[in-house]
Amino acid sequence: MSTTTPSSVAEPTTAIGKTADFLDQRTKVGVLAKQLVRKVFPDHWSFMLGEIALFSFVVLILSGFFLTMFFEPSMALTRYENEHPASMHGELMSVAFASTLDMSFEVRGGLLMRQIHHWSALIFMAGIVVHMMRVFFTGAFRKPRELNWLVGVTMLILGLLAGFTGYSLPDDVLSGNGLRITDGVVKSIPIIGSYLSYFIFGGEFPGEHIVPRLFTLHILVVPALLLALIGVHLFLMVLNKHTQYPGGGRTNNNVVGSPAVPAFATKMGGNFFIIFGVLALMGGTMAINNVWNYGPYDPSPVSAGAQPDWYMLFLEGSLRLMPGQTEYVIGGYTLSLNILIPAVVIPGLLFTFLFVYPFIEAKVTGDHREHHLLDRPRNVPVRTGLGVAFLTAFIILALAGSNDLIATHFSLSINTITWVFRFLFFAGPVFAFWITKRICLGLQRKDRELVLHGHETGRIVRFANGEYIEVHRPLDEQERWLRVNYDAHAPLEIEPATDARGVKRKGYKQDRRWQRLSRFFFEDRVEPVTPAELAAAHSHGEHDELESAHTAPELVSGSGNVEREH
Amino acid sequence: MSENQNPQPSRDVTPHGGDGTLAQADRFTDPGVPEHKPRLTDTDPRSAKRNERLIVLIFLISCLGTVGSVVAYFAVRPDGTTEGVRLSTLLLGVAMAVSLLGIGIAAVHWAKTLMSNHEHVEERHPSSSSDEVRAVVANQFKEGGKDAGIARRPMLLGSVGLALALFPLSIAVPLVSSVGGDWNVSKFRHTMWKKGTRLAYDPSGRLIRAADLTVGSVAHVIPDVPAEERETHHWITEKAKAVVLLVRLDPRDLKRDHREGASYDGIVAYSKICTHVGCPVALYEQQTHHLLCPCHQSTFDIADGAKVVFGPAKRPLPQLPITVDDEGYLVAEDDFNEPIGPSYWERLK
Repeated sequence: MSTTTPSSVAEPTTAIGKTADFLDQRTKVGVLAKQLVRKVFPDHWSFMLGEIALFSFVVLILSGFFLTMFFEPSMALTRYENEHPASMHGELMSVAFASTLDMSFEVRGGLLMRQIHHWSALIFMAGIVVHMMRVFFTGAFRKPRELNWLVGVTMLILGLLAGFTGYSLPDDVLSGNGLRITDGVVKSIPIIGSYLSYFIFGGEFPGEHIVPRLFTLHILVVPALLLALIGVHLFLMVLNKHTQYPGGGRTNNNVVGSPAVPAFATKMGGNFFIIFGVLALMGGTMAINNVWNYGPYDPSPVSAGAQPDWYMLFLEGSLRLMPGQTEYVIGGYTLSLNILIPAVVIPGLLFTFLFVYPFIEAKVTGDHREHHLLDRPRNVPVRTGLGVAFLTAFIILALAGSNDLIATHFSLSINTITWVFRFLFFAGPVFAFWITKRICLGLQRKDRELVLHGHETGRIVRFANGEYIEVHRPLDEQERWLRVNYDAHAPLEIEPATDARGVKRKGYKQDRRWQRLSRFFFEDRVEPVTPAELAAAHSHGEHDELESAHTAPELVSGSGNVEREH
Repeated sequence: MSENQNPQPSRDVTPHGGDGTLAQADRFTDPGVPEHKPRLTDTDPRSAKRNERLIVLIFLISCLGTVGSVVAYFAVRPDGTTEGVRLSTLLLGVAMAVSLLGIGIAAVHWAKTLMSNHEHVEERHPSSSSDEVRAVVANQFKEGGKDAGIARRPMLLGSVGLALALFPLSIAVPLVSSVGGDWNVSKFRHTMWKKGTRLAYDPSGRLIRAADLTVGSVAHVIPDVPAEERETHHWITEKAKAVVLLVRLDPRDLKRDHREGASYDGIVAYSKICTHVGCPVALYEQQTHHLLCPCHQSTFDIADGAKVVFGPAKRPLPQLPITVDDEGYLVAEDDFNEPIGPSYWERLK
């Protein structure tokens, strides 16, 4: 076997060429590069939302590395000897809290890094959520990308965990009370609750183990899992090739866009620096989590108006809304449904919805094809409605998590607000679903209308007979294609209950249940315009004109050679 | 002519059944990728040159930002005060942002104005492997299975499964047995209050005389322990259970105690730990005698046995029985007679 380059290829002369040759002779990296360098990526602003999450994560790692150089994850008690901040001088506190103060006040740039880190965490979660919204509403989770959707939802949960474990590290009053709430929720879990609390805290709350434990989770376990899943996520994205929005020349069998090198890669790299820059600006100008104002953890004080980070608000709101009457004692054992339902069942349902939705939709659509062309949200009204209903529930819970601030800022009764949110939590999503579905159907009808009759031009023409019409401009073929190129799925058709000989068919009931769900999805639908309909509409325009002449016999029929479309 | 003169009813929504999928022939044809529109920089070399200069300028501004951040680092030495630290953070952050945003904006502008934006089209291939490949792989597994002789030697399969299922125990048992400390969850039942423990102000530790409390006054209370003991972890954990809120009511306002005879002359002492999920219940409203938890707004009426009047808690706050000793100091008569704080499964056992 020859270990030199094949003789047919000239010996590389440049430094880059030599390096490439060196690498390729050992790794066959050329095969990979051949696929990736000019790989085509579709271009749309909404494809950048996931990058916000990805790049915020990179910033989290960079700033987090800085912080670990100075943070000491110990709960050993110490007296704070530094002069600044003056309010903390001489206070008894944990080493974790003292090192947080120290890195803020004594390490130059330390406070900046802390603030960049905290803002990045908030933007990271926001990036994940808006990216998921894009993926959900455009149907990008459909085959073959269901797996990547599952990876994404798992990363959302890991993101929550990363935020929670990091938030609790400084061991201040606010985060300590947050941990205490966690302890209360854990204790409510039937049978194993008390033991789970001991498992987490290494004894009774708060104990002296929780900060080092959270630290290990926060800087090792959770980020390692996230990194691994980000790798899987991006690998699958490249493997499946990116989805694209519908439009002229964009089909299910191609990708239209710009090649990775140079335009796409440059934009992506630039985007990283823009996101990092914005986060630096936020960290530099917007104070966040001034722990020295709260003080070290002490089980007694608590501050009113305290809010968790935004992505935890829905859990907080859920806890606040649940009426307390639902704690029961059964056979001497306490079942705290007033905690279990809001803190375990409701988030459980929300995440289960996210995990199973792609499979449910595939089932009720009865569709086993691959989908690489995105849906316009209006073209799948029930999915869009369900997504908006989900967000409505999430937002109502998050607002309920701020009900005390709403009460103080708007001088309202907190009890009234709570009752309104309790009602809205049930009514809001239903209403949101209904109205969203109606809006989607309306937009689809508008699409039909535009395709059939064209755009209004605002140009009014008067005929010789005195009749006024507005001239409509027909759609160009690109726009028409955008508005007609979709599938309006019909509800599932199922086999009858009995076969030809009248024998009951197995599995009929289950089929019927799926059919019912399928009807819920696709009963109301707007079909795309067909060429025949468009042709009919054109001739129909002529017909209308004649008819108007009949219905208005007093007018002289005028036939101006005006281009008429309705 | 308006739309409602249209004699035909709207056929947009096909409510029941109907054929959803249309024949392919009945569809419009794809007009293809829209014609490429050249940008100004593609057609006008002067514009391209102008943008090139602009991009260079933005990269240079980024360099200035980096230099500025280093200057800010050395020039602005924070004196440790909050204002000094804020100023240093502001300057470092803004300079860093200029440095980073400069690179980002210049790069994106470069890509958008000067790099080719011609549409490229790439074919997709099915995500699944071909039938031949699948057949080969299935065959390989079959042969591998044959080589291993799994089908003929079921005992092997069973024993390897058993060994693999058991081995994590060698790590899990030591871990789980140690990770929960002593696993003695009955500690939830008791606090450090006992008969004769004096009540002290939190955090000063000063003792409380009944006579010093005026009607309507509120005190945050801890058990009286030596000052050194209050500097230990043990204390923080005990304090987390033992904190009490003391309120002196007009005895005529006090409808009832949660625990028979636990109050002293209108002075009631209730656990400060919420029975919902354990936040300190700290907001007292003097007019209504309501105690509000700032975390989830559970509201307790301390004139009426601390019963829940609103919010997600179910149970009243446990009451600490108090009296005064010979010297007039408030003392506990006993520990709480129920576990304080959030409910848990075996709370009543």
